[in-house]
Amino acid sequence: MGRQKSEEFPKSKSGIDGLDEITGGGFPKGRPTLICGSAGCGKTLMGMQFLVKGISEFNEPGVFMSFEETPKDLSQNVRSLGFDLDKLISQKKLRIDHIQIEKSEIEETGEYDLEGLFIRLNHAIDAIGAKRVVLDTIESLFGGLDNATILRSELRRLFQWLKVKGVTAIITGERGESSLTRQGLEEYVSDCVILLDFRVIDQIATRRLRIVKYRGSTHGTNEYPFLIDETGITVLPITSLKLEHKISSELLSYGNNGLDKLFDKGGFFRGTSTLITGSAGTLKTTLASYFASGSCLRKESTLFFSFEESPDQLVRNMKSIGIQLSAHIKSGLLFIHSSRPSLQGLEMHLLVLHKLIGELKPRTVIIDPISSLVTVGNTSEVRAMLVRLMDMLKVNQINALFTSLTHEGSNEYNDLTVDAVSSLADTWIKVSNMEKDGSRKRALNIVKSRGMGHSNGFCEFSIQDKGIALKKPA
Amino acid sequence: MAKETWELRLYIAGQTPKSVLALKNITKYCREHLAGQYTIEIIDLLVNPQLAEGDQIFAIPTLVRKFPEPLRKIIGDLSNEEKVLVGLNIRPVMVKKTT
Repeated sequence: MGRQKSEEFPKSKSGIDGLDEITGGGFPKGRPTLICGSAGCGKTLMGMQFLVKGISEFNEPGVFMSFEETPKDLSQNVRSLGFDLDKLISQKKLRIDHIQIEKSEIEETGEYDLEGLFIRLNHAIDAIGAKRVVLDTIESLFGGLDNATILRSELRRLFQWLKVKGVTAIITGERGESSLTRQGLEEYVSDCVILLDFRVIDQIATRRLRIVKYRGSTHGTNEYPFLIDETGITVLPITSLKLEHKISSELLSYGNNGLDKLFDKGGFFRGTSTLITGSAGTLKTTLASYFASGSCLRKESTLFFSFEESPDQLVRNMKSIGIQLSAHIKSGLLFIHSSRPSLQGLEMHLLVLHKLIGELKPRTVIIDPISSLVTVGNTSEVRAMLVRLMDMLKVNQINALFTSLTHEGSNEYNDLTVDAVSSLADTWIKVSNMEKDGSRKRALNIVKSRGMGHSNGFCEFSIQDKGIALKKPA
Repeated sequence: MAKETWELRLYIAGQTPKSVLALKNITKYCREHLAGQYTIEIIDLLVNPQLAEGDQIFAIPTLVRKFPEPLRKIIGDLSNEEKVLVGLNIRPVMVKKTT
């Protein structure tokens, strides 16, 4: 824990997974935060989640002042996320006040102010002792009323008033063309501004979040992908990469005797990651299956992500060379998850990985092949995602094995996934095809293995009914 | 046309200059154009904040015409007589115009 962090700036936990890590603890406590973005990017949901989680996790009642949706609509919209607003309202933990501005029935003449709004908000806050407030979307006022000068000065007063009231507030704003919000709300709410974005790249939609500013606090400055799924908003864990994870010196087997013997200590350290690279048909999946089977034989829960083969196909193929996976699946130790890489965006893949890892708490995770994911994202994204993934596995002391397809002939150092993963992987095994005496031979070479000596030769190996047979290098 | 009673409601928040002016203005217009057939109810939201929600009040002062329907709202200090009359759909009594 940071020594000064807690005193530096009071913050309110957002209740949005992953966001507090980026903001260094949450939204500024007792101050307004502006969340802006174009239509459909998740502003309302983020506000609602902030309130609902504030109630359920931190026991802080909240007021939702809606300028657009009716309480009924809001309640229906978030029900699928497991948020029961009606219950919270009846428990006096939540209040939804719908400000309806019907332009057709309103006439303006002379001076006025928005004291009515203040009184309503104040009444709602005091009625339940609210600590959190969401105003969604206050810019609607500009659509309903003509006198922008009054509105502007009243909004300024409102944000000031919120601060004096000491509530942690979220104000949402629609993205403007030349400014962050249509009415330039960012000028008034200057403590913390978060921008949400929703875009489609290569036909795959991704949502992103960026902290534009956070006065008085350090924060992550990148764009972070976030997801909206059946549990609400999750911002993807960021690369902490502090390299502070615990290490273990327990040695584990690769599940293949011959392979283990190539390492001086006869295996790998628990919680380390292994990368197997090679061109097509170099038995990468087979080696991965050995790894899975080895883990299951230790009675450890194992998660196998297969991006190329269905579970049944994998089981059948491995059975033909003597690796029995079906028994492990039946006993619940092995879980094979197959999906097409192009089915969803990278972030969704990562989220599925996260969720399965969270549910099954595996000790071993295999991704075969990690290079498939490259097809769905651009270079920097894939790289960032792989770093995040490996980081998470390391922190959780999960044994990881990734396979990666490289192309024959080309320099594998130029290969994207290899480039991204190899420096992070603790062990790198390279398999290749060689032509010798008129036939194709497979050879295995250990490029690196952190923390232990290893064979440096090219070790020939062949595949038989009983599995892989390695010839010990001379 | 049958004589009908106009039900007006004026929402204020304390005795602010704007609210006082609005009340003065609407009382004057009513006396001139709706003599004997109107009621004005004054609601001070500082006293009864919970009443703001019902009529969807957010601006102060707001004059609400409850009857005759449809509901109409005029916000501001009501200083523009013509706008108020048009907004409330009151036909000005022409006779009075000799001032």
